[in-house]
Amino acid sequence: MQAKTTILSLPTEEFVHPGTRACTGCGLAIAYRVGLKALGKDTMLIVPPSCLTVLQGLFPVASTKLPCLNVTFASTAAAATGILAALKTQGNEHTTVAAWAGDGGTSDIGLQALSGAAERGDKFIYLCYDNEGYMNTGAQRSGTTPIGAITANTPFKGKLQQKKDVPAIMAAHHLSYVAACSAAYPLDLFDKIRKCIDMPGTKYFHIHIPCPPGWGYDPRYGIKIGRLAVETGYYDLYEIVNGEFKLTAASEKLVEKHKLVPVREYFRSQSRFRMLTDAQIADIQRQIDEKWAGYYTKDE
Amino acid sequence: MHIIENGNVAAALGVRLCRASVIAAYPITPQTPLTERLSEYVEAGDMKAEYIPVESEHSAMAVCIAAASAGARVFTATSANGLLYMHEQIQWAAGARLPIVMCLVNRAVGAPWNIWNDQQDSISQRDTGWMQVYCSDHQQIIDSVIKAYWLAEKVNIPIMVCYDGYILSHTYMPFDVPDQQQVDAFLPPFRPDYILSPENPANLNTVTLPDVRVDVHGELAHGYMEIRYLLQEDMRTALAVAADAEKKFTEIFGRGGNPYLEPYRCDDAEFVAVGIGSMTYQLRVSVDALRKEGVKVGVMGVRFYRPFPDEAIANALKGKKGVIVFEKALSYGYEGALASDLKSALYEHLAGTGDLPTVQNFIAGIGGRDIRTEDLTQYLRAATQSRVSKEPLWIGLKL
Amino acid sequence: MGTRNYKRKTSHSESGPGDGGRTGSWRVERPVFDQSLCIPCKRNKEACFICWLFCPEIVISRTIPPKVNLEYCKGCGICAEECPTKAITMVDEAKFTEEDKD
Repeated sequence: MQAKTTILSLPTEEFVHPGTRACTGCGLAIAYRVGLKALGKDTMLIVPPSCLTVLQGLFPVASTKLPCLNVTFASTAAAATGILAALKTQGNEHTTVAAWAGDGGTSDIGLQALSGAAERGDKFIYLCYDNEGYMNTGAQRSGTTPIGAITANTPFKGKLQQKKDVPAIMAAHHLSYVAACSAAYPLDLFDKIRKCIDMPGTKYFHIHIPCPPGWGYDPRYGIKIGRLAVETGYYDLYEIVNGEFKLTAASEKLVEKHKLVPVREYFRSQSRFRMLTDAQIADIQRQIDEKWAGYYTKDE
Repeated sequence: MHIIENGNVAAALGVRLCRASVIAAYPITPQTPLTERLSEYVEAGDMKAEYIPVESEHSAMAVCIAAASAGARVFTATSANGLLYMHEQIQWAAGARLPIVMCLVNRAVGAPWNIWNDQQDSISQRDTGWMQVYCSDHQQIIDSVIKAYWLAEKVNIPIMVCYDGYILSHTYMPFDVPDQQQVDAFLPPFRPDYILSPENPANLNTVTLPDVRVDVHGELAHGYMEIRYLLQEDMRTALAVAADAEKKFTEIFGRGGNPYLEPYRCDDAEFVAVGIGSMTYQLRVSVDALRKEGVKVGVMGVRFYRPFPDEAIANALKGKKGVIVFEKALSYGYEGALASDLKSALYEHLAGTGDLPTVQNFIAGIGGRDIRTEDLTQYLRAATQSRVSKEPLWIGLKL
Repeated sequence: MGTRNYKRKTSHSESGPGDGGRTGSWRVERPVFDQSLCIPCKRNKEACFICWLFCPEIVISRTIPPKVNLEYCKGCGICAEECPTKAITMVDEAKFTEEDKD
């Protein structure tokens, strides 16, 4: 079992320049920075329209130091396939290909291409950074927006539908590796990327990304809120290795702890959940408790 | 080597000879046998290429764009709604200045569904910044594929090689398949100026501002408008480069001629029929029949549609009494796209000179409606006698 | 003087800082370090560096003491919130003079 990376053992080389157009306190910036450390210099990136497009910079200045292909919204995974194919014809089997797409670009418009690439077994890492909405265009709802969230186009009632479970969809493709991570737990993200980087086929990462303007909180609380999502058992950190599910990091610890922070605390921390009724919160708490009862049982 | 095969196979052979190394394939009638044949070449080891069975045409072009950006010579093919699904990517490839070659097997577009031949699919893409070349027989198909790679890689602009679905794709004709050696002599390996790689990192095709902006070296870089202007400028220059391609091709393969136009009995003609693709050969039968009647008529096929060879067309039609454009597509709400472009070219070069011919427009074969040669002859004859219709006339309509 | 001779014909960007300009101008408050509370400062050896880890803008150096690049620091306050010993305080920009603001 590989040793867990600590802050002090984390590689110090940076692959992003400061002074980007990302919002103050952007959660993606944290995940992206550490993610690139894990991917390393010998990497080619593919990015569709999203917050990352803007973070990476406008022509002719790039804040990212790695080679990156910007692509159309629906085509991220297909472009990754194309890069891979070109590398193969050049006899290059060592360069990592990594696609970074938002939740809209993954769970909605990009799902078809992602499914196709996964089915073909194309060997790249797909990282979905989930800030739970189309944040780049002003916080409209997406497939992964959680139920009850106020967004720019669910302005009064909040989203009526459940959050789409994309890792489960990807797991159904029988991938070698699927992971759920969070910007609040960057070392867990780092280790998971390093763990799966040479595994066959498409590897899927779903990264929970706190977003100050989209979620409605003072930017300084971004990591705290990301942690709260995990500590309430609302968002879990896990990996699925060749079909086998395992909680990791702080989520794994929660099984031992047998105690979750009430999810109300998580909803209270962000103004986007201000319309959630007590009944809705109780319902969500119940779902969480049921889910964790299952985890506790599995553990025994 | 002379063989008898169908148009799709001619195209596949061309792609194989050009050593395309990444092929994206999605089935759609009537293109499918082309990419099926390529899969046979790849699986049998006759072709060293990555064959990607993508899950949509939009992804087919995504694969091509990405692979070309990373330095591979790519290929895909499609028709009709497949092309339409790709449209966003078509625009992207042009703006990204990638030398992608695609075969477009012309088919009618939905709605409603129709699998038979007309040219609405490719004609609807004429504004995208792709070069477009049209073929009238199988020799032209295989030769055009080879020339297309040479030209696209010279000017860094994508190109579609178009040919009529079923009429050419599925019919059998004799044609010459060049030697691999000859093709290698004509078409060198793909060596782009820039290959996206970790050794030479860059961020490609990110958001580009309306205005110019200083780059990291302190140099003033283009705005979006300059990048788009350069595409237009290079497309116009491509006309001359296409002539170079033709010249070089003729030197090596011993056949070739006018890169833009295919005239037949036009020199002393008073009236010239103009068309694109296989219909122009059908029109030759009408021309021969009318010549016997004493009508001085010829037919001219337009091979290069984009960039539009306006000067060549104006020179070819200068001083003619009338031009009769037969088309399998139109710009809905107005008239045939070729008729419009042609009139524009004639006006631009000949207005006020006294050499400006009249132009009439006929629409035929929409959705694969059978084009009867006797109808072509009848309307061509009528057009040489008077203005047949104010609006474009649809031949063979059964309303 | 136009861009006719620019070396590229496509949107092709090379990397460098400050794509967003001098993003330090976005700040309404800046992080101030109390080295007497900062763990690596007190121990004079590599330790903690949580502020370095979580800085979204990569403007905190992994040094003893950690230093903030005020050219680009957007003043998000995550470093202050996450510091385990409360060694970092967010202070109103208005409190700093024009000279300090460099």
